[in-house]
Amino acid sequence: MQQASTEMVSAVAPIIERWKHEEGPLLPILNGILREFGYVPREVLPAIAEALNLTRAEVYGVVSFYHDYRQNPPGRHVLKLCRAEACQATGGEAVAEKLQKLLGVRFGETAADGSVTLEPVYCLGLCACAPSAMLDGELIGRLDEERAEEIAREVRA
Amino acid sequence: MTVTIYIPRDSGALALGADRVARAIGEEAQARGRQVRIVRNGSRGLYWLEPMVEVETEKGRLAYGPVKPSDVPSLFDGDFLSGGAHPLFLGRPEEIPFLKRQTRLTFARCGITDPVSLSDYEAHEGLKGLRNALSMTPQEIIGEVTESGLRGRGGAGFPTGIKWKTVQDQPPGQKYIVCNADEGDSGTFSDRMIMEGDPFVLIEGMVIAGIAVGATRGYIYLRSEYPVTHRILEEAIAAARQAGVLGGSVLGSQYAFDIEVRVGAGAYVCGEETALLDSLQGKRGQVRAKPPLPAIEGLFGRPTVVNNVISLATVPVILDRGGAFYRDFGMGRSRGTIPIQLAGNVKRGGLFEAAFGLTLGELVEDIGGGTASGRPVRAVQVGGPLGAYFPPALFDTPFDYEAFAEKDGLIGHAGIVVFDDTVDMLKQARFAMEFCAVESCGKCTPCRVGSTRGVEVLDRLKNNIEPERQIEIVTDLCNTMKFGSLCALGGFTPYPVLSALRHFPEDFRPHPVREAAE
Repeated sequence: MQQASTEMVSAVAPIIERWKHEEGPLLPILNGILREFGYVPREVLPAIAEALNLTRAEVYGVVSFYHDYRQNPPGRHVLKLCRAEACQATGGEAVAEKLQKLLGVRFGETAADGSVTLEPVYCLGLCACAPSAMLDGELIGRLDEERAEEIAREVRA
Repeated sequence: MTVTIYIPRDSGALALGADRVARAIGEEAQARGRQVRIVRNGSRGLYWLEPMVEVETEKGRLAYGPVKPSDVPSLFDGDFLSGGAHPLFLGRPEEIPFLKRQTRLTFARCGITDPVSLSDYEAHEGLKGLRNALSMTPQEIIGEVTESGLRGRGGAGFPTGIKWKTVQDQPPGQKYIVCNADEGDSGTFSDRMIMEGDPFVLIEGMVIAGIAVGATRGYIYLRSEYPVTHRILEEAIAAARQAGVLGGSVLGSQYAFDIEVRVGAGAYVCGEETALLDSLQGKRGQVRAKPPLPAIEGLFGRPTVVNNVISLATVPVILDRGGAFYRDFGMGRSRGTIPIQLAGNVKRGGLFEAAFGLTLGELVEDIGGGTASGRPVRAVQVGGPLGAYFPPALFDTPFDYEAFAEKDGLIGHAGIVVFDDTVDMLKQARFAMEFCAVESCGKCTPCRVGSTRGVEVLDRLKNNIEPERQIEIVTDLCNTMKFGSLCALGGFTPYPVLSALRHFPEDFRPHPVREAAE
């Protein structure tokens, strides 16, 4: 555990270095860490706090405020499913139900086999081709039951 | 002979398979020994036809859509490279009624040009506004913007010229232009479309704003849900820097201006300007009371213009054609054009830019073609999750800031989400409260606590526990949120709740009564 956290801290050092002299560096640093690890590990917060002359509580306060900053490692795939009004109007809820059943997870959960994390998202800006989703950064429009089954097969593979 | 083919790289087109179509066309052309040049343009905004492929022919640009990868061999068989016949043939895109009826000022180039080619941008009237601005005094620039009657397109509708004047009037020193690209409202995608389809127009607008108020630094605060937009913006900014549109000397002038994109982290409330500024500074995105106005004490305590993407992207055409030209479109105090977004359960969903004044009914039924499901329209929500639900009985309301306010609604960012008759309005009201609870920044009590209590009250109503009393409580609660919240999140959540209650009371009555009525 100690070993792992030392590695993490050295992995974030260049990200901190890249941003610490810029205006408003904390979000770019956290975004960089999110890209690197897929989540924001608690172990790296003290290093950020020290570099930016903030308290750990301040850094944690920011991490906990934003939906994107997962505090636990996600599954091998991340599926974000839009739950906002335009997707509700086009049968998004039925697709969401189906996907939760197929994947065996509820929103905010990671499958027991570590295959996938399912997260809600409130609007991907694809409201004229709803319902929509994002699988590992790839956008999906006009999501229907057939496509939902494909997604389930894809993340299980 | 090399044929030019346009295949959008817009998020919407990509979500419908545009990359796979582009790959298939490239491979098929190679296999058949045909020379093609594929340009990845923005979207024209006709999403029911995406991916829409356009071919440059002797007869002009001709469109085919919606194209699937499996359609590609038959397109080649039908000689689509010369505009040949095919079941997906759409003809000249400008002649498609949905496009033909529009007045595209802000979106004039969107879907036509290569979004990251500055020479293409200039060949289509780009940079003319900025060149004009460089020959004017800052006062004259602000004069044109004020004259145009442009009001903040993010939703608040505050006159852009007055905001700029306030920042200009502050003593010289570091000032900022901040572009609010945190387009979080469901049913809206115009910011995304323009940033992906014509990013230079936003860059040009920000440079003009910088010159007008004396700012040298601009930030685009972009939501993290738009990764494709981010890539395109970065490419466009790099091209603008290379060409000297951004940098130490804007187009060789004495003005300096540069732009940086900052990506958010998934917080709806950061679309509120004071929360956005805190987020840019690396803090929790919490709302604060105004005054001080951001125009006086904004980013890092410095005078800051915070404008929505569409407001800034509309500035170049105003400086190009003049404030009076823009002002002559529209009605009442709503001047110019507005990019309306038709979304949800609608047959022809997409972007429709038009002068203010079309009625809601014309937009939904006539232009949008009614629902995609073919069932009757029961409700439309205008202006995102904080906008009111309108029944067809109010479809004569003209698209105008004041007309919507009179009917207890708002235009917001001009998104219209269409619902058919299967919608349960009690459920929609509950969702409005739930969304507010999820996204509340937590600073003020009416929003933080009110939204959670609102969900509980509506759940009791659904379960038939003293229904009349719950309606009374939720109405009272909405009043408290409306007048007691610090920002529009808590303050406007009552709009969808109360409008649902008012226009669709049958959905809020106890179930046995509802069933008996059917």
